[in-house]
Amino acid sequence: MAVQENISRRHVEALLRDNEDGILGRWVQISNEPLRGRAVENDTRKELQEIYHAFLRSMEDPDGASELRGLLSDLSRSRARQGFTPSETAMAVFGLKEAVYEFVETDGGEEALRGFIWLSRTIDGLGLYTFESFTAAREKIITDQTEQLLELSTPVVKLWEGIVAVPLVGTLDSARTQVVMEKLLQTLVDTGSEYAVIDITGVPAVDTQVAQHLLKTVMAARLMGANCVISGIRPQIAHTIVTLGIEFGDIVTKATLADALSYALRQSGVQVAGMRPGRAAVRAEEA
Amino acid sequence: MDRVPILKIGDVLIVSIQGDLDDQSVLTLQEDLADRVVATGAIGVIIDITAVEIVDSFVGRMLSTIAGMSRMLDAETIVVGMRPAVAITLVELGLSLGGLRTALDLEKGVALLSRHGTQGTSDLSAVGL
Repeated sequence: MAVQENISRRHVEALLRDNEDGILGRWVQISNEPLRGRAVENDTRKELQEIYHAFLRSMEDPDGASELRGLLSDLSRSRARQGFTPSETAMAVFGLKEAVYEFVETDGGEEALRGFIWLSRTIDGLGLYTFESFTAAREKIITDQTEQLLELSTPVVKLWEGIVAVPLVGTLDSARTQVVMEKLLQTLVDTGSEYAVIDITGVPAVDTQVAQHLLKTVMAARLMGANCVISGIRPQIAHTIVTLGIEFGDIVTKATLADALSYALRQSGVQVAGMRPGRAAVRAEEA
Repeated sequence: MDRVPILKIGDVLIVSIQGDLDDQSVLTLQEDLADRVVATGAIGVIIDITAVEIVDSFVGRMLSTIAGMSRMLDAETIVVGMRPAVAITLVELGLSLGGLRTALDLEKGVALLSRHGTQGTSDLSAVGL
C-alpha cells in the first residue's frame, strides 16, 4: 500500500512539475475570480508562484515545509490587513486543488487520480493552516487597536492653575476606569491640583456600573485631598441616573464643563470679572 | 519599629510616618497622639503619609480612629500626601474614611488648618469673646 502511494505521489509531483504554467495560470484565475478585481492579477500570480515553488520543494524535502508555512502565513496576514474575508483567503489555497484536478482529468490515469486524493489531503491541511494564521492576524489587529484606544482615551488636561479636567469619551469599563483613575491621581500629585473635573459629555450611557466606577474615582481623589466635580451630564443621562436610583451623595455635579470650571474657580478664590464694553459697543449704544 | 515621632509647631501637631507600620506601632501612635493633644492643647493634627506605600484595612481604620479621637479633643485631623496607589487601594477596600479631611501635601494641609483656625477666632469675636 505504501509503495502504491509513493508511486501515485510521484506521478502527481511529475504532473505538477510538467504543467507548471498551465496549473499556475488556472490557479491564479480561480483564486482571483471571487475577488472581482479587488486584487491585481500580477500580484496574485507572484504570490501564488512563490507558494507553488515552495510546495514543490516541500514535496521533495520535508524541511521545505516551514518555508511553505511562512509564505502561507504572509499571504493570510496581508489579506487580513486588506480586509478580505476568511473564506476568500482560504479559497485562494483550495483553488490549487481545482486547477490540478483539471489536469488530472486530462491525464485520466488511475495513478493520477489516486495521487490526487493524496494531494487533496495535503492541500486541505495547508488551507486549514491559512485559516488559522488569518484568524491569528485578525486577532492581533484587534488587540493592537484596543491598546491604542486605551492610550488615546485618557488625556488629563490642565484648565487653570490648580484645576485639571478629564474629558471621558466612550463607554467606561473596569479596565478603562482603572487607567483613568491612575492617570488622574498621578496628575493631581504632579501638578498639585486641588480640583478635578470629570467631564462625561462623551460617555454615551451611564448605568449603575459606570456610576460605581465614577464614584470610586471621586472617592480616591478625595482621599488624596482633591475635590472632584462631575460635569457634562446630558438631560437623558440625568433622567437615567434618577430612574436607576443612583445616589451621587455630596458630589458636586454640573451640566457643562464651563459651569464646573467657574465653580472650581470660585471655590479656589479666583474672581472672574466681566469685561467692560469696548468703545465700539458704547458708540453703538449712543447711536 | 521605634515610636513614630510627633512634632509640635505652634498649635499644630505633625506626625510624619516613615515607612510601613506594624499593628503594635499603630496602637502606640494612637495613644501617644491622644496624650500629646491633651498635653499641648493643639487645635490640629496633620498626619503625613507620603512615605507609606502599603496600606491594609487596619491602617485605614487607624486613620479614622485618630480623626475621631482628635475631634473629641477638639483638634482637627488632616491626612496629607496620600499616594495614588494607596488611595485606590483604600477605595477598593471600601474604606471611604468619611469625616477625615485630606490635602495633597503638607503645605496645603497647613494652609487648610490655618484657614479653619482663623475662622474659629472670628466666630468667637462674633459672640463678643
